[in-house]
Amino acid sequence: MKPALFSHLVPTTVQEALEMMGDHAAEARVLAGGQSLVPMMNFRLARPSVLVDLNRIPDLSYIDDRGDYLAVGAMTRERAIENSALVRDACPLVYDATLNIAHLPIRSRGTIGGSISNADPAAEYPATMLALDAVMIAKSGRGERSIPAAEFFEGVLSTTLNSDEILTEIRVPKAPADSGAAFVEICRRHGDFALAGVGAQVTMDGDSVAAVQLAACGVGPGPVRLTEAEAVLRDNSLTNEILSQAEQAASAQVDPDGDAHASAAYRRKLAGVMTKRAVQQAAGRAGGGV
Amino acid sequence: MNDDVRKQTGGYIGQSVPRREDRNLLLGQGEFVADIQLPNMVHAAFARSPLPHATIGDVDTEAARAVDGVCFVASGADVCAELPPINGMQVVTPQGWRDRVDTDILIPDQPLVPEDKVRYVGEAFALAVADSRYIAEDALELIEAELIPLPPLAEAETALATGAVLIHEHLGRNVAAFLHTKKGDGAAAMDACPNRLSRRFVHHRYAAMPMETRGVVAEYDGRTDTLTVWSSTQIVHWVRREISTALDMPEERIRCIAPDVGGGFGGKGHVYPEDILVAWLAKKLDRPVKWVEDRHEHILNAAHSRDNIYDVEIGFDDDGRILAVTSSFLVDSGAYTPVGAGIAGNSIAHMLGPYDIPHYETDCKIVLTNRTPNAPYRGAGRPEVGFAMERAVDLVANHLDLDPAKVRFRNMIPADAMPYEVGLTYRDGVPMVYDSGDYPEALNRALDALGGLDDIRARQKTALAEGKYLGLGIGCYVEGTGVGPFEGASVKIDSTGKIMVAAGACPQGQGHETVFAQFAADMWQVPIEDVFVTVADTGQVTQGYGTIASRSTVTASGAIKIASDTVQEKAFAIAANMLEAGETDLEMRDSGIGVKGVPDMHVTWRDIARAAKPGWDNQRPDGVEAGLESTSYYEPPTVTWAYAANVALVWIDPETGQIDIEKYVEVHDAGLLVNPSLADGQVKGGLVQGLGGGLLEELAYDDQGQLLTGSLADYLLPTASDVPPIEVVHMETPSPLNAFGVKGLGEGGAIAPPVVIANAVCDALRPFKAELNSTPVRWGDVANFFDGATA
Amino acid sequence: MTDRTSVTITVNGISLTGLAEPRMLLADFLRDELRLTGTHVGCEHGVCGACTVIVDGVAVRSCLMFAVQADGAEIRTIEGLATDGEMHPLQKLFAKHRALQCGFCTPGMLMTAIDLVDSTDDLTEEDIRVGMSAALCRCTGYEGIVNAVAEYAGKVHGKEGVR
Ligand SMILES: Cc1cc2nc3c(=O)[nH]c(=O)nc-3n(C[C@H](O)[C@H](O)[C@H](O)COP(=O)(O)OP(=O)(O)OC[C@H]3O[C@@H](n4cnc5c(N)ncnc54)[C@H](O)[C@@H]3O)c2cc1C
Ligand code: FES
Ligand code: FES
Repeated sequence: MKPALFSHLVPTTVQEALEMMGDHAAEARVLAGGQSLVPMMNFRLARPSVLVDLNRIPDLSYIDDRGDYLAVGAMTRERAIENSALVRDACPLVYDATLNIAHLPIRSRGTIGGSISNADPAAEYPATMLALDAVMIAKSGRGERSIPAAEFFEGVLSTTLNSDEILTEIRVPKAPADSGAAFVEICRRHGDFALAGVGAQVTMDGDSVAAVQLAACGVGPGPVRLTEAEAVLRDNSLTNEILSQAEQAASAQVDPDGDAHASAAYRRKLAGVMTKRAVQQAAGRAGGGV
Repeated sequence: MNDDVRKQTGGYIGQSVPRREDRNLLLGQGEFVADIQLPNMVHAAFARSPLPHATIGDVDTEAARAVDGVCFVASGADVCAELPPINGMQVVTPQGWRDRVDTDILIPDQPLVPEDKVRYVGEAFALAVADSRYIAEDALELIEAELIPLPPLAEAETALATGAVLIHEHLGRNVAAFLHTKKGDGAAAMDACPNRLSRRFVHHRYAAMPMETRGVVAEYDGRTDTLTVWSSTQIVHWVRREISTALDMPEERIRCIAPDVGGGFGGKGHVYPEDILVAWLAKKLDRPVKWVEDRHEHILNAAHSRDNIYDVEIGFDDDGRILAVTSSFLVDSGAYTPVGAGIAGNSIAHMLGPYDIPHYETDCKIVLTNRTPNAPYRGAGRPEVGFAMERAVDLVANHLDLDPAKVRFRNMIPADAMPYEVGLTYRDGVPMVYDSGDYPEALNRALDALGGLDDIRARQKTALAEGKYLGLGIGCYVEGTGVGPFEGASVKIDSTGKIMVAAGACPQGQGHETVFAQFAADMWQVPIEDVFVTVADTGQVTQGYGTIASRSTVTASGAIKIASDTVQEKAFAIAANMLEAGETDLEMRDSGIGVKGVPDMHVTWRDIARAAKPGWDNQRPDGVEAGLESTSYYEPPTVTWAYAANVALVWIDPETGQIDIEKYVEVHDAGLLVNPSLADGQVKGGLVQGLGGGLLEELAYDDQGQLLTGSLADYLLPTASDVPPIEVVHMETPSPLNAFGVKGLGEGGAIAPPVVIANAVCDALRPFKAELNSTPVRWGDVANFFDGATA
Repeated sequence: MTDRTSVTITVNGISLTGLAEPRMLLADFLRDELRLTGTHVGCEHGVCGACTVIVDGVAVRSCLMFAVQADGAEIRTIEGLATDGEMHPLQKLFAKHRALQCGFCTPGMLMTAIDLVDSTDDLTEEDIRVGMSAALCRCTGYEGIVNAVAEYAGKVHGKEGVR
């Protein structure tokens, strides 16, 4: 389990990195935290011949308050996000999701940009970004694009990033003042990729759901925006009846595969249960209660 | 705590003496095989089959050889031209067993690197040696091998089907062994039973998975024609034996050492092809060679375990007295069966457990399939058979609407029936006699640790009324420990008076250096610091067996005792001469020997060692040979019987099927505990492995024979946050079979958890008449019971 | 042959230089080039935690970093915990609580625990269990490890045990 040979390029500015990607697009991969890429390379399941290592570009690591949204540099470590009071206050779902990712030593290196670019169907960040309608900023020598989350994730480990593009920034809309958020998941062990997980951000208007954003991970080829469950919940109060309808709607909407850890049917069921629990928890945090 | 026994000793036995192993390990100064670096060393790597079953065609190693930094590449044909296969029977069964158990055994030999076909995913078909492991892996990618797929025998029942292809053509069948035995009237007794239940129980495949993978370093010295081999193994003497056979070198010219070993649990308990191949490469290339198994290789290629299917029938009366048990079981042994019939032999012997059951009959097929070879892992046949039997006991209780605890008490052998003749033969060939213990008391204490049976049942009722599901799981077992054939030890008095002990045991974290020092310090009445212990080095003990099957504390202490007695006999004779006293007037005291009642008349071990030297001015009496050392072998008469009762309380989440263990208790009796805190650690570590096996760990294959869980991201070992509160209670009923009253205990903890969990979940789900008769217990299956239920 | 570049790392306070191809994993560099074999390798895919070391103040998997990426970094390994032969308090607590058997996981456990405790002053037993689930031990069943870390956390943050 040793990686194959590669050339290691170490840009110190984004511009330099973009040039390198332009020169080597066909065979180059970006190296961010390496927490997904390096295991693949050690197994020789990935064997890029050029690695463009973003770890020495200080300009890619930041969490900025831009009024309506937080701008997070792609190389911001998961651990920095977990420790950011700004994220915790402004985008509590991102904070909650982060706590569910792996373990501290992995989060010390793993980056938000890496997780989103990697697009593991069971990963928390892609679902979170989808739920929150985040926008990805991608750059290449050819220019800059803003890609809404709904258009970013394509399938298992696949995104609409082009091979010469680098994800540089993620823009996450701030949570409404009276909202609550929760990322709830079930894993076979703490820190594993989820069998099913749901991120929820809920705004209550008295007893009734004024706004709700839901997305699931682990239950399809990519993150799933749970539009059906959202429709059930919107403008309704969170009775057992409504929650159970939302649960069923979520289960019906997802299309998971089975694997050695859980059957498709079980994941489908869990998608519903996690939806219910995430909504309940988020609403509780919104002060709406159930 | 057994004070009587303890008082007879000098005081170390029975104490939680701190481990002498800890300091180096804590400072980062341990030495594991991977840490060994030798000048001019090269690194080996193996090309492993991606297919479960294939004919090997052309293997082209040309391009691999051309890689800069590569010094050697070999195909299976190259290897087979020079080296014989490993004998299939690494462990022989004694005549006494074969006389009493019907057997028909055909164990295939294992080629070191096959030339004709590959038989499981992960079997090597070529190897490369290079300046670094990185380059060796580059070379492997350039080996072009033609692998022509054959139909995969992905599981035991496929391999048994008529018309199935043969894995080892020359055997003429896919069954390595048929075994059969019975007690009383066997199956014939079933007709007379008022009630009968039949079920299939499946115990899935999982493995030892030590945190240190395997690894071998070998160095050849042409000048002296000697080989030194460091292997991460539990059995250095077997490794030496097999290298000697394969390379046709005298065993005395091969020194095999297991340095610090990072866990083994059985998985390192037999000789693997790489042990021999690395030694061969070192000699052939005349350079030190290192191979460290990577985790992917380990999961594919190091022995797996469990993987049994049991068809059981149980006959019982209306009071829940079990009258007869029959079982017919399959062991999926994978492509080779390196430890032969050992696992199945254990299963046969352990089915009746702590119960007094008059009639029993069992037969077994050890089936060859295209899976990774199956070898003993902590428990070795006992968790599997225990799962079947202890589930069956719960089903009896359910059938009669009795409490499973009460059915157990009703069938258990009472303390006053000890020693108890079981009516079966152990795999050492000796009729089984449970030597000592109080089985019902163990279960009583276990239930008490959970609050007592009545309290548990009351809580369960209350919970159910609130729509919550609480279950009690019980699992009891007995375990033959300290099995022969033998262990070797050498004891010497150094000229400094220090006691030098070497034993054939090969610990992997058990703390044997500490435990053996405790024994020797008491035997020699010296401070423990004066005892020096060496283990796992064939250079130190001529014949040894190794650390497998919960044996070392029993067998090595026996050998140390015999060797010590022999040396002490001589020491007394010499001391008598030195002190001009009769031997009967002497006693051992204060790090030496003195005249009883005369404090001044005393010689130390140092004085005696000097007096014992060969040459001029020695002080030996006539007829006493020079030197104070002995190598001795302990051949235990038969096994000692440890036993335990395990209980747990679990909660079920009705929406997800998630299982939450409130508390797990094991009441364990392994006779006298030499070092209670180490014993406790062994049991707890074993329990967590058992919980992993019961709930998380799985070597899952698809129907094409591909392993689906080939990384530690998919093979789920329990973590700190998966472990429930655990309480271990030790009873100490001494074994009458050895000088110290000890029994073995390394494996025990791992035996019961899978069935305890399954029983607890079924108990919680009694309202649904749920049955979970296979492992691992899956949340998804549990959740299914609630679907459509209104409870 | 492949390019090897010079890599300089301050390990346990001492600046050490070695040669590494870009692909050489930091774990292998520490062990094979710098001969600091106290750091162990158990999986090479980030799961077992045996290779955990502290790089620039945070615990990371040294099997998922390339040595060249650590050029100029400060690294702490198990070898640097003791001072003048006197064990670090956590090492002593590991012995006291029987937190090791084979000792293979121990380097990763120690480094994981030190980062966990240093970075959080308010650990519950549950936090410790979750935090220590970053590294695998096959021998002990974790009881001793959790107890040792809990006592250490209490010491560091001046509290009696943990909440
Ligand atoms: C044991 C373990 C457990 C884990 N558990 C979880 C978990 O529970 N949940 C979870 O979400 N993740 C988990 N992870 C993954 C972890 O979160 C990774 O850090 C993350 O998925 C990838 O981030 P990275 O920065 O390490 O990316 P890398 O591994 O460096 O890169 C991943 C991929 O993204 C590409 N890439 C990276 N950055 C960019 C960029 N800026 N622009 C374009 N492409 C880019 C790379 O080329 C590569 O293909 C786990 C990892 C491990 C080792
Ligand atoms: S070796 Fe790095 S995590 Fe296992
Ligand atoms: S002590 Fe052996 S793996 Fe932890």
